[in-house]
Amino acid sequence: MSRFRGRVRVMPRGGLLDPQGAAVEHALAALGFAQVAAVRVGRTLEVTLEGASETEVRERLRAMCDRLLANPVTEDFTIDTVEALA
Amino acid sequence: MKVAIVRFPGSNRDLEAYHAVQDAGHDATLVWHRSTDLEGADLVILPGGFSYGDYLRPGAIARFSPVMPAVAAHAAAGRPLLGICNGFQILCEAHLLPGALVRNEGLAFVSRTVRVRVETDTTPFTAGYRVGQELRFPIAHGDGRYIADDATLDRLEHEHRVVFRYADGNPNGALRDIAGIANEGRNVVGLMPHPECAVDALTGSADGAAMFAPIAVAAAP
Repeated sequence: MSRFRGRVRVMPRGGLLDPQGAAVEHALAALGFAQVAAVRVGRTLEVTLEGASETEVRERLRAMCDRLLANPVTEDFTIDTVEALA
Repeated sequence: MKVAIVRFPGSNRDLEAYHAVQDAGHDATLVWHRSTDLEGADLVILPGGFSYGDYLRPGAIARFSPVMPAVAAHAAAGRPLLGICNGFQILCEAHLLPGALVRNEGLAFVSRTVRVRVETDTTPFTAGYRVGQELRFPIAHGDGRYIADDATLDRLEHEHRVVFRYADGNPNGALRDIAGIANEGRNVVGLMPHPECAVDALTGSADGAAMFAPIAVAAAP
């Protein structure tokens, strides 16, 4: 068994109203960042866990997202990175 | 009739529910979320509050509490189960009710009295009301915007499972003004407003009293 660190990104599902993203977008516009076209706010979770391989760790992270980390009604998740820790 | 009110860490309307149930003449008991049985309760209430600090998503962690398999079994047996505010969020996270409750459209935490319209009287919790009757209940939530996909919403409407709708302005952006819904079996109801805090005219409204009073009649075999 080795130790891994996975980064999981959970975002509001595309098309759903994201009031946090809209509020940040307006604040950026007010600060003069006129280039900003859209902002969405989600969350990143860092999970440190034991596993035999990266494949197994990814599978386990996916199961965690399905059961708890993301709500399938409102959110999409992506496993961004899995790195082996020394 | 015996009514169990489940307390999660962070529940804060548990005692209001307790008193509303006692005042209606039932035998209320508080059950800690670590318990794995509901002490033979005929009816279960998941009260309002901020279980587990609303961490991750409201209700997301409470839904895996040790008591929840017993709550799910109670619901599956067709017995009445009511989720109020955070309790509604927990029921959605537990898939005992469809859809989800997300951040209010205006981002603000909304705490005031609203008017809701009773949309169906065929649940154990609305048998004491008339369809179309308007009730005054307080609301107090930051994540009360009910959402579901169109197919689910259409189905809820078609099966008369929208139990309450906001009647004078939508406080949180809930789709189709939905304030409360029922499951397919109609024994599980969740709503964002607080009927348990509206059982005495002294606190502004007694419109919630009938929600607890007729339970015995509706649920009696």
